[in-house]
Amino acid sequence: MVSLLIDGKKVEAAPSQTILQAAQKAGIHIPTLCHAPRLSPSGACRMCVVEVEGARALVASCAAPVSQGMKVSTGSETVLRARRLNLELIWSNHPNDCLTCDKTGECKLQSLMYDYNVKTSRFVAQNPPTKPDDSNPAIYRDMNKCILCGKCVRICDEVQNQHTLAFSNRGMQTTIATAFEKPLKDAGCVFCGHCVSVCPVGALMDKPSMNKGRPWETKKVSTVCCYCGVGCSLVLHVKKGEVIRVTSDTYSPPNYGSLCVKGRYGFEFYKSPDRLKTPMIRDSIDQPFRETSWEEAIGLVARKLLDIKQHHGTEAFGCLSSSRGTNEENYLAQKFTRAVMGTNNMDNCARVCHAPSVTGLRAALGSGAATNSLADIEGAEVLIVSGSNTTEAHPVAALKIKKAVRQNGAKLIVIDPREIELVQFATVWLRLKPGTNVALINGLLHVILNEGLENKGFIEQRTENIDMLRQVVAQYPPEKTEEITGVPREDIIKAARIYADTQKGMIVYGLGMTEHKAGSHGVMSLANLALITGNVGRPNTGINPLRGQNNVQGSCDMGALPDVYTCYQKVDDPAANKKFSEAWGCPLPTKPGLKEPQMYREALAGRFKAMYIIGYDPAATQANINNVRSAMRRLDFLVVQELFMTETAKLAHVVLPTGCFFEKDGTFTNAERRVRRLNQAIPLPNGARHDWEIICQIATAMGYPMSYGHPGEIMDEIARLTPEFAGINFERLAGDGLVWPVWDKQHPGTPILHKDTFTRGKGRLNDLLYTPSEELPDNEYPLYLTTGRRLYHYNNGSMSLRNPEIHTISSEEFAEVHPGAVLWR
Amino acid sequence: MHKSVTVNKEGTSDVDLAKCRAILSKYNRSTPSDLIPILQQIQDAYGYVPQTALSEITAGTRIPLSKIYGVVTFYSQFSLVPRGKHTIKVCTGTACHIKGATDIKKKLTEALQIHEGETTKDFKFTYEPVACVGTCFLAPVMMIDNRYYGKLTADKAEATLKNY
Ligand code: SF4
Ligand code: SF4
Ligand code: SF4
Ligand code: FES
Ligand code: FES
Repeated sequence: MVSLLIDGKKVEAAPSQTILQAAQKAGIHIPTLCHAPRLSPSGACRMCVVEVEGARALVASCAAPVSQGMKVSTGSETVLRARRLNLELIWSNHPNDCLTCDKTGECKLQSLMYDYNVKTSRFVAQNPPTKPDDSNPAIYRDMNKCILCGKCVRICDEVQNQHTLAFSNRGMQTTIATAFEKPLKDAGCVFCGHCVSVCPVGALMDKPSMNKGRPWETKKVSTVCCYCGVGCSLVLHVKKGEVIRVTSDTYSPPNYGSLCVKGRYGFEFYKSPDRLKTPMIRDSIDQPFRETSWEEAIGLVARKLLDIKQHHGTEAFGCLSSSRGTNEENYLAQKFTRAVMGTNNMDNCARVCHAPSVTGLRAALGSGAATNSLADIEGAEVLIVSGSNTTEAHPVAALKIKKAVRQNGAKLIVIDPREIELVQFATVWLRLKPGTNVALINGLLHVILNEGLENKGFIEQRTENIDMLRQVVAQYPPEKTEEITGVPREDIIKAARIYADTQKGMIVYGLGMTEHKAGSHGVMSLANLALITGNVGRPNTGINPLRGQNNVQGSCDMGALPDVYTCYQKVDDPAANKKFSEAWGCPLPTKPGLKEPQMYREALAGRFKAMYIIGYDPAATQANINNVRSAMRRLDFLVVQELFMTETAKLAHVVLPTGCFFEKDGTFTNAERRVRRLNQAIPLPNGARHDWEIICQIATAMGYPMSYGHPGEIMDEIARLTPEFAGINFERLAGDGLVWPVWDKQHPGTPILHKDTFTRGKGRLNDLLYTPSEELPDNEYPLYLTTGRRLYHYNNGSMSLRNPEIHTISSEEFAEVHPGAVLWR
Repeated sequence: MHKSVTVNKEGTSDVDLAKCRAILSKYNRSTPSDLIPILQQIQDAYGYVPQTALSEITAGTRIPLSKIYGVVTFYSQFSLVPRGKHTIKVCTGTACHIKGATDIKKKLTEALQIHEGETTKDFKFTYEPVACVGTCFLAPVMMIDNRYYGKLTADKAEATLKNY
């Protein structure tokens, strides 16, 4: 620590800090234009100049480090004069457009002109005027207003790593441009909007927000993004019941001000004219829908479901809820299914994405959830990214990976059959044949165990079954692994050594691991890697699934699964069954229910009569949609709660219109187990009702009264029944939320699991043989087809495709085919 | 407006990248500080910096295209548009101006069918005005590449072009 005097006040600071940072800490304000906390200092604008005793000239405080005994004056007459002159120079090249500029009220230049009472400039404009560039989607650029602070360039380089922008030309012609002044779309821009978020003036603007309202006219509502499992915190700018802009708070986890294109520019779908606003019913799916009242619709659903229960038994019904829905909605869906319909036929769309994570991680560690927080990625020394095209699927998590590599020197091992964007950042890329994950990981385990690189103490104290594991992986020497996976043996050895050589090794994986027949085996294999190297239970380690939809973690935690109540309390565990039966005031079935694919099988066999589907569109998103659609067509009764007339809704007998995530209160749980509140920002469309209310009304009409004043009361019930949620309530969740387990009302949450002991006691090393995929290419079907996520779209596209800006950037799909495959045809 | 950098399609479509690759191969572990020498050699080899060559540099050095573009537009020694085989510089300094540089410029514009700063369709000539070239005793003067042509008349200037 050094001590210095700023404006006569004694300030302590670390030697690595700048004068600006020291002043800020001491509550002394220094104006800045080109400084941003997340970016490297550039010293470009010289607004932050201060006088340092003994220095020959004024010093840019944002770039100058403190030193012992320094005497700084932040507001001397010399300093003020320099700042005024600076403002005059900037203003001389700036259009006087505050009256119609959308930045008014938020513009840093404007407020500095005000603070320093600079009304006009003595200098004459030098730079030639240019035409504002309105040609790009999402981002409006007016380089006349640019003050060349360079923040857009730096954030695109340093945070987004896209390098789309640079200073170009020289002298008075200097401007910010893409290469060859190409449109953003052709210059590598991914429309994250980071550049807009840091521009101090109106040179870069969020296009869909322009002319929609002044900053002081909007209410700011904080909520959670619903477009992926990162669960970014959002700030919605609301005017007259409309969301007109989305930004993010630089100080709020997990995204700290970053967003991707969907979070920032995907906010207009909710006002699409295709929103459903009236309940619709019909007797058979060959008939057209008929609009009806809520009373009639709910009465009909209640009658029909009671009838089916009575005539076909409890097992003729199943419910599918959604990983997009809130925790409260998912909780009520499973409560309804179990308590009212008397069956455990309850599942959610996580079945086809991360259910293997729940199974695999529970088998290995005892808890079906990510072990560490997303922030931990940045500090890892070695990262394994497996089966995750992170830059497309979890863009903000990918920023953390890039930062770990570029700024903190982490080594990245990418396991993926495709040359995804992250391969550019990788030390080793293991390009395996699709479906050979388990073999590859066994190969890595082989190298580690064979070369004695494992963490013997950890294995000894905290794991079980090492001997069996040794026997099994002995069958996967590098040569054989190469043969199965197609990955060169040197790379297997190299990757294994890198990962075994750190105590800060973190594994991040995605659907490329789980969406296989042996998906849970892939997950367990990854857990083996973490366990034998001791990379669990500490910061910057662990094994972390990136959840696809925003609330995959939460929908599973809430027991929207066939075999468990909240937080994985088993339905066939007598104690759990008793607890829930008593709480819900009715006997509950003990036999685990059907999984989603089994429900379709039952329906096709004619044994399943009714389904209730909430916010999920399997008729569009399942791999075999023909099968799903045929199954649905065979149902006597299908109820769907939706925003839009989706493919699934088109097969329903009753469609009930509900609210989107801007329109509701509740909580989502992101990939790092952070339970965070959504706050209703705008009213429901006239005629729609909240999902949770609809479930309560149907249950009540069926003779099981359910009523809550607010989703917060549902959370209170969840907390009473779920030890991991015992300390959670809506008040405590205000702000950045809490990371479960939260054992009591004082407990701060648990960002790192399995610190001293695993949830299941000892970590289980599962000995697993590689089994090839069931269907391999053959003469008749000679190609592999593998699907992937796209940055611009989300799931069935029912929301993302209805955003005009995003639609302009990306509205078509394509297949990439190996040129060799085409020739062969 | 900014300096025009629209790349002439004809000029780039048949860019032979072999020269560019040969230059890049000398820098097989290149760092950003090699960028300027690389660009200079490319400018020399092609007479300008073709867009496709910049993409090669990006691929070879990992320096982002936007940054290379920034450097190329910063230094006047680099040109993004193909230049003619020969550069005609017509002096517009005071001495030459008095002695009739305007007529010469007019004539050349007609003869070459291009304006100042442009390149003929056949890429033979690039035509640019310059300030005093330091040989006022020869006014009015033009230079073609490194050769001086003095005491010109409009017709003499036109005739000189035929030598190329
Ligand atoms: S939107 Fe993102 S990628 Fe595009 S220029 Fe701005 S910071 Fe770069
Ligand atoms: S566009 Fe905005 S952020 Fe970028 S240099 Fe100009 S003023 Fe700064
Ligand atoms: S990264 Fe995910 S959570 Fe964050 S803004 Fe994008 S879609 Fe939303
Ligand atoms: S804020 Fe310090 S120079 Fe711009
Ligand atoms: S003015 Fe033309 S050579 Fe000097």
